[in-house]
Amino acid sequence: MTHTRRLQLKTIPLILISIILGPLGNVFLGKAMKRVGSPALGRTLDLVPIACRVLTSGYIWLGVACLLAFFVVHMLLLTWADYSYVQPATSLSYFSITVLSYFLLGEVISPMRWLGVALICFGVFIVGRTSPSTTGAPERA
Amino acid sequence: MLEVVLFFFIVVAGTGGELCVSRAMKSIGEVHDFSPRSIINFVLQSLRLPWMWLGIALMSLGFFSLLGILSFQEVSFVVPVSALSYAAGALGARAFLGERVSRNRWIGIAVVCLGVTLVWWSRR
Repeated sequence: MTHTRRLQLKTIPLILISIILGPLGNVFLGKAMKRVGSPALGRTLDLVPIACRVLTSGYIWLGVACLLAFFVVHMLLLTWADYSYVQPATSLSYFSITVLSYFLLGEVISPMRWLGVALICFGVFIVGRTSPSTTGAPERA
Repeated sequence: MLEVVLFFFIVVAGTGGELCVSRAMKSIGEVHDFSPRSIINFVLQSLRLPWMWLGIALMSLGFFSLLGILSFQEVSFVVPVSALSYAAGALGARAFLGERVSRNRWIGIAVVCLGVTLVWWSRR
């Protein structure tokens, strides 16, 4: 088994896990912050009650838990794979975040937005087909 | 305007933080063992690195900006637009981590940026 093949066998499952965890975390954060509402600008005193409402929201902690789990998986990936490979590859999550926003938050996704997300995923696909590591063990003979 | 400022922090501070974390991770080296004990060791080892803490500080700034913008904008708008961090990530990875970014990756990143533009136009 080549070095690249072996790397891909452990890289791909971890990337799939992070594609679910990251967006789920963001959906929970979005749900929590919509309930809290936006602060009145320029009134710093408002920040205290808002911070309290944020910190006592169950959805915030659920979101943070998902994002923390995502972060650990992401760190593991970064110990062997290039950042400029991992970031694009895990970012298939832009598709799953749109689907989750539609089903869990009831957001209306316009055709223009779907097209934009599709382009983002296509860009990700192009980038994802490059080698996982360019600074580590050289593949060139 | 507030949106633009918050997106700036999400993209620049968030990506800068990830680059710092990546630099810290590369100094630890490839992880081969996935037992709970070695994962805990790996986390403790990473917390002793200054790059890790700088990364965490920058990513926190990005995170609170994200919370701020999510209080008045849709998740399906905010997260795709934050994909601008691709361009920032590739530039930063080249300059700061010495990674070679191939022509194909640049093409992919350009397509991503085009997608972000369309999502931005779909703003409500």
